[in-house]
Amino acid sequence: MKTVHDRRNFLKTIAGIGAAGALAHPSEAQAVPQNVLSPHRKGVLVDTTVCVGCRNCEWACKVAHDLPAAPLESFKDRSVFASMRRMDHEALTVVNEYPNPRNPELPYDVKSQCMHCDKPACLSACIVGAFSKLESGAVVWDGDMCIGCRYCMAACPFQVPAFEYDRAIHPEIRKCDFCVDLQAKGELPACVNICPVEALTFGDRDDLLRTAHDRIRRSPERYVDHVYGEYEVGGTSWMYLGGKDFAELQFPMVGTNPAPGTTEAIQHGIFAYFVPPVALYALLGAIMWLTKDRKKEESE
Amino acid sequence: MQDHGHPSPLKRPFFTPGVIVLCLLALNGLVFLAGRFLFGFATVTNLNNQYPWGLWIAVDVAAGVALAAGGFTTAALGHVMHREEFHVIIRPALLTAMLGYTFVAVGVFSDIGRWYFIWHPLIMWNGSSALFEVGMCVMIYMSVLYIEFIPIVCERFIGRVNLPGPLSSLNRATEAVLRLVDRSLERSMFIFIIAGVVLSTLHQSSLGTLMVISASKMHPLWYSPIAPLLFLLSAISVGFPMVIVESLVASRSLKLQPEMDVLSKLGRMMPPLLGIYLGFKVGDMVIRETFVYLTDFNTASALFTLEVVAGVIIPIRMFLSPAVRKSPPLLFTAALLVVLGVLLSRINTFITAYTPPYATHSYFPSIGEISVTVGFVCLLMLAYRFVVLNFPVLTTQEGAPPPRTKYSLRRAAL
Repeated sequence: MKTVHDRRNFLKTIAGIGAAGALAHPSEAQAVPQNVLSPHRKGVLVDTTVCVGCRNCEWACKVAHDLPAAPLESFKDRSVFASMRRMDHEALTVVNEYPNPRNPELPYDVKSQCMHCDKPACLSACIVGAFSKLESGAVVWDGDMCIGCRYCMAACPFQVPAFEYDRAIHPEIRKCDFCVDLQAKGELPACVNICPVEALTFGDRDDLLRTAHDRIRRSPERYVDHVYGEYEVGGTSWMYLGGKDFAELQFPMVGTNPAPGTTEAIQHGIFAYFVPPVALYALLGAIMWLTKDRKKEESE
Repeated sequence: MQDHGHPSPLKRPFFTPGVIVLCLLALNGLVFLAGRFLFGFATVTNLNNQYPWGLWIAVDVAAGVALAAGGFTTAALGHVMHREEFHVIIRPALLTAMLGYTFVAVGVFSDIGRWYFIWHPLIMWNGSSALFEVGMCVMIYMSVLYIEFIPIVCERFIGRVNLPGPLSSLNRATEAVLRLVDRSLERSMFIFIIAGVVLSTLHQSSLGTLMVISASKMHPLWYSPIAPLLFLLSAISVGFPMVIVESLVASRSLKLQPEMDVLSKLGRMMPPLLGIYLGFKVGDMVIRETFVYLTDFNTASALFTLEVVAGVIIPIRMFLSPAVRKSPPLLFTAALLVVLGVLLSRINTFITAYTPPYATHSYFPSIGEISVTVGFVCLLMLAYRFVVLNFPVLTTQEGAPPPRTKYSLRRAAL
């Protein structure tokens, strides 16, 4: 008698769990951040053959983001180019210099900052969804959500997000935010605004791509025929023109597949409407029920 | 009262010279941990913007979860497939898993910059994040493990409730509550047991998905789209070796007769389990043609070879031999090789394979990071000792009839 009751109970519970699982799937749709990219999303075209390495953008960026900034004059010091520098929590953009084999007098200067990917790895990876890709193109971080796990840093193919390792309480993830506050007021990003040689061009991404290919066509001897960021990791808002192979300018060779592609395919495969976990649960339940008799025989 | 083959608390002194060494190492770890909470990561760790994840994620979290796999593999064997002969190892494996996951949680708590926001994933969901899935599954599974342990606590106290002083008037009420909890859990425990196995397969595999998003930074020997499957298979194959190691260490330290007949049966299951893992690992290497990287002689190729040869191939050969399965030291060696192999595979995936594009140097954990990790392992062992001395976890003698009820041994004892 007891066994029959137990079995009925068992099956009822299993069925209940299955139904709960099947009903639970709509929540997943909300969990995935929605990114509607505007066809007029903004971008910046960086011409590394034009940049003179004045580093005014580094200064303007610090001032615009209330970071400790030395006086503008001190940024004229070109000795910093002796070794490669990367962004950190107090420098959201940095310029590095690389030799020009055709004209040693005109080295190539490469400004680095967040690339503002169209399919950002940080956004896909973040455990709490603290990153968002705005319709206008910027990838921004929400400081109220972040738990400081640094998975965005592990995921970013361009090694961009920086963390305040020296702060015990409320450390922040810091990266270029494309000056969204200035853009909202109709102003240019601080770095674009201060650039004295117009190495940085701000505009609609589509227009920038047309400009970029136009420049390559007009001066094929000046540029390599590659707009870095047009297709890299599925496209980025910041794009680069270069005078020599981008690998020699220390750009990472990341391929054209969006960084989160494989992971999201795996995750959404495992959790397709919660079917695989529920099916596994049912299978294990069935095995448990069927092998019940083995135990009874042994104990009798 | 050790005349039955039932689990019972052991009558042993808590402190021995070995335990005092563990206490000192734990204390050392806690001092460095305090440094991290008071002054930030920069003071204690070698983490930086190039290497955001280090020893704590690789060992305390990723390897910790894998090495706690004994909990779900023995539950699947004993409870789901009803292989009654393995019941003696289920409780110690459950305890190891419960403590293992507890320290994984403590490890995560120490490694995230804003520890006071650790609850954020509960309400802020990102379904596309593998880490979110790992976090949620680990949280739920840890609760399931604690629920699975409640009957052991009930068994310890039912009939013996003796609250101190004025609280003694509540003795009968407490007793009734314990009996009620025990009875309702006895009927519903199968829900939690199956859920535990499902949750484990989910997050054990998703730990392997974590570094897939970092594809361009990963050494090709460890970057694989089937990394989740490899992580799951290696977790399944490390479950029983971990039980063997833990059981033999515990019987040595607590001067008990080792459960050799059960342990060698576990050993006999190892060659197929490890073989499947090896097949996928090597097959993945052949299909992606990453074996070419084994010919460059460097740290990565050496560590990969060590992980596969010493951690998988040698143990398979050892477990195939009946002589090895019958000898405690040899069985221990074979199982320990698997455990160290999986530990190395997690370190390799999260540290060795990770090469950021603008790295100026390579990462090696600081004294502080190592101290904290060692300290956590020691604390775990101390907690294990405390629990087996005070709760009915370990079975001290063979030859008693098997208990009649599945989840509670209380009635059989009465």
